[in-house]
Amino acid sequence: MTVALAACVAALALLPLIHIAGYTADVGWSGVRELVLRPRVAELLWNTTRLAAGTVAVCAVLGVGAAWLVARSSVPGRRTWHVLLVAPLAVPAFVNSFAWISLLPGLDTYAGALLVVSLSYFPFVYLPVVAAFRGLDPALEETARGLGLSGWAVFRRVQLPQLRVALLGGCLLVALHVLAEFGALQMLRYPTFTTAIYDQYRATFNGPAATMLAGVLVLLCLLLLLAEVRLRGHRGYAGTGRGAVRPAPPVRLRALTAPALVALAGLVALALLVPLGALAYWLAGGTPAGPDWGDLAATTGTTLALAAAAAALTTAMALPTGWLAVRARGRTATLLERATYLGSSLPGIVVALALVTLSIRVTPWLYQTVPVLLAAYAILFLPRAIVPVRAAVEQSPPLYDDVAASLGSSGVDRLRRVTLPLLAPGLGAGAALVFLAVVTELTATLLLAPTGTATLATAFWSASSALAYGAAAPYAAVMVLLSAPATVLLSRHTRRGPTP
Amino acid sequence: MSSLTVTGLTKAFGATPVLTGVDLHVPAGGFTALLGPSGCGKTTLLRLVAGFDEPDSGTVAVGDRVVAGAGRGVPARQRGIGFVPQEGGLFPHLSVAGNITFGLPRRRRADRGRVAELLALVGLDADLADRAPHQLSGGQQQRVALARALAPEPALVLLDEPFSSLDAALREDTRRAVLAALAAAGATAVLVTHDQAEALSMADQVAVLRGGRLVQLTDPRTLYRRPADLDVAAFVGESVVLDAEIRGGRALCVLGALPVDGVAADGPARVLLRPEQLRLGPPLGAGARALVHAVDFYGHDSRVWLTLAGGGTVTARLEGTQLPAVGQEVTIEVAGAALTFPAGARAARPVLADPAISGTRRDPAARAG
Repeated sequence: MTVALAACVAALALLPLIHIAGYTADVGWSGVRELVLRPRVAELLWNTTRLAAGTVAVCAVLGVGAAWLVARSSVPGRRTWHVLLVAPLAVPAFVNSFAWISLLPGLDTYAGALLVVSLSYFPFVYLPVVAAFRGLDPALEETARGLGLSGWAVFRRVQLPQLRVALLGGCLLVALHVLAEFGALQMLRYPTFTTAIYDQYRATFNGPAATMLAGVLVLLCLLLLLAEVRLRGHRGYAGTGRGAVRPAPPVRLRALTAPALVALAGLVALALLVPLGALAYWLAGGTPAGPDWGDLAATTGTTLALAAAAAALTTAMALPTGWLAVRARGRTATLLERATYLGSSLPGIVVALALVTLSIRVTPWLYQTVPVLLAAYAILFLPRAIVPVRAAVEQSPPLYDDVAASLGSSGVDRLRRVTLPLLAPGLGAGAALVFLAVVTELTATLLLAPTGTATLATAFWSASSALAYGAAAPYAAVMVLLSAPATVLLSRHTRRGPTP
Repeated sequence: MSSLTVTGLTKAFGATPVLTGVDLHVPAGGFTALLGPSGCGKTTLLRLVAGFDEPDSGTVAVGDRVVAGAGRGVPARQRGIGFVPQEGGLFPHLSVAGNITFGLPRRRRADRGRVAELLALVGLDADLADRAPHQLSGGQQQRVALARALAPEPALVLLDEPFSSLDAALREDTRRAVLAALAAAGATAVLVTHDQAEALSMADQVAVLRGGRLVQLTDPRTLYRRPADLDVAAFVGESVVLDAEIRGGRALCVLGALPVDGVAADGPARVLLRPEQLRLGPPLGAGARALVHAVDFYGHDSRVWLTLAGGGTVTARLEGTQLPAVGQEVTIEVAGAALTFPAGARAARPVLADPAISGTRRDPAARAG
């Protein structure tokens, strides 16, 4: 029963992938050659890969550097810096992009895209690496020093190998986000696969061309996932000792304290103050009439309702998969869990395009309805719910069930008094993460939302596309306000990554 | 309180047989320890009795009521059997009071008096009632788990290695508190353990399990003095096993002609002595000659490793502070009788299972060198 449910969830998650593979097979080799082997595709490929590579490099440097300063150096105010370095996650990349382009219209270049996207995504590297730094056992470094290694050799031979998994995970997340990024790059007029797919879809509704571009994008995603698995290897770094790791003494910066502070302040100013400042600027002096409060309230209401429905649905869907992954460990469970991760690593535009095509062809009565939109949200954000649900199931071993039974509690009674209370925090956390992801989702919503349904993201998008920056700003401000609490929570639970 | 009767119980997981026909009777009000090395099936037996798993064949009866086997399968919740798991297994989302009253009918769950009564029964303060489980020490968690199991007044209480996660000092106190609580509640109890000292000191009968089978069921003293075979002998305490020739009711071996416990036929045999039966005398004394090879000093007593003149090593446990020096020549005298086993009996390695010294088994040769 549970297996069947989890299999249905996995099938839904893989639906876009299967659709694209099937479509490619239908088009045939000659069709693929005609649609893919074009100068335009080569140009998009070059744009996309150089942006992804550049962003990963910049984010790795910024993320590891900032993480080292916060976790291991004597720089003053480390807790505050930590929160400030996670805070950019509360600003969606397309809002950040809007802020920069509205202040500096000349940013529509590779350098501009690299700057904006890196500033939005470096926390994806910073968070896992800072957690890894904190988890490093100082005893290992002391042992290495005792064996006669220099400070730099200790970093290279002891710390870096232990950071590798965290760093690679962060870099993969950045690369996947760059491949999936649509709003920020469209606003900067930097063409990549996502923007090209969108333009193709909007301009000609040309199914084959858009779908083939999506196919190339999917291939890039799969290559990335494979590369990460290969690079990470199968070796884990298991601690051999038991008990809590004692905190390491911070490295004294002495004369380098001031430059370190300037560097951190500069990074926070660019990543946080610029977008917030721009929003404040447009809010203050944007439109003479002030924001349309009624419209803003209605849009916020729609967004919250959609997000709540998606959170409930996705968490419910995560339950069988998360349950199996713990209670029935084995190939099947792992396969079903990985299927959802694979499905969600596809860009939103690909998922949306697949669902548009499928719903028109197979279920025309569902085209542009809320259920299809919710399905897209579920495919995109399932892992955010599965990871905490799984952790919660791990916290509730079958032993509690046995004990409750021996105390005379029936099946339904056990569910009510033991299982659900133990799972509740995990279900809540999963639902909250999905909720917040939906609030700032732009791409899939643009393609799939029923006509006349506007969310904060799409309302912001149409206003800013019309260069009505003042009208767009209030929507962005509400999105940032809604995302802020989750970001604070994220900075507290550093051990968990931003997304699985 | 009720008795527990297990008859011909078998259980296999896949192709692996875990229990191969276990018969066991625990009298009402008794405290029985299920003793065995890890993997002998003792936890499986406990789970079958509790009703968490179904046996392949055989029956389980609580009092006169068959609860498993013979076409009956009473679910765990209707068996009225209390269960105390390893590490307590307290519900983390409930307070101490919430845990203790979990098995009570709804209207009695708010009864603070009952909570205080049960806490007092296991020797805990009533003001612990509102703590969360994670705020308790390991020993307190075990006692609360016992109070929770006793609250619905079960016919039988099962304890699954409840003291193994506690450190030595806490373990003693917790054991005593659990024994007192069980006696006060008048409950029949079955304790699973791999710790022979725990089984011998707590239970009034010990069931030794080995390879999915009950090997011996008797009171602790008989188990130690007259183990069923050499393996059981080695498992319940340190042993000195020697080849011997039985002649006219005496066992002739490297330690001399020893009196035999009970009747033994003439011919080759193996004899069992306990190290505390060995006494050391002056070099020119009457007994067998030996060289002191190593001395392990434990405070309350000591273990002396002795190399016999004819080769071979035996150990003696000595009280007091008058200890021989390493390298000293001594003679060995034996107090009491030797227990005989057939000559073909498997030689059991000496097992040092005293909890105070567990983990200190070492190679005496290395020590002497």
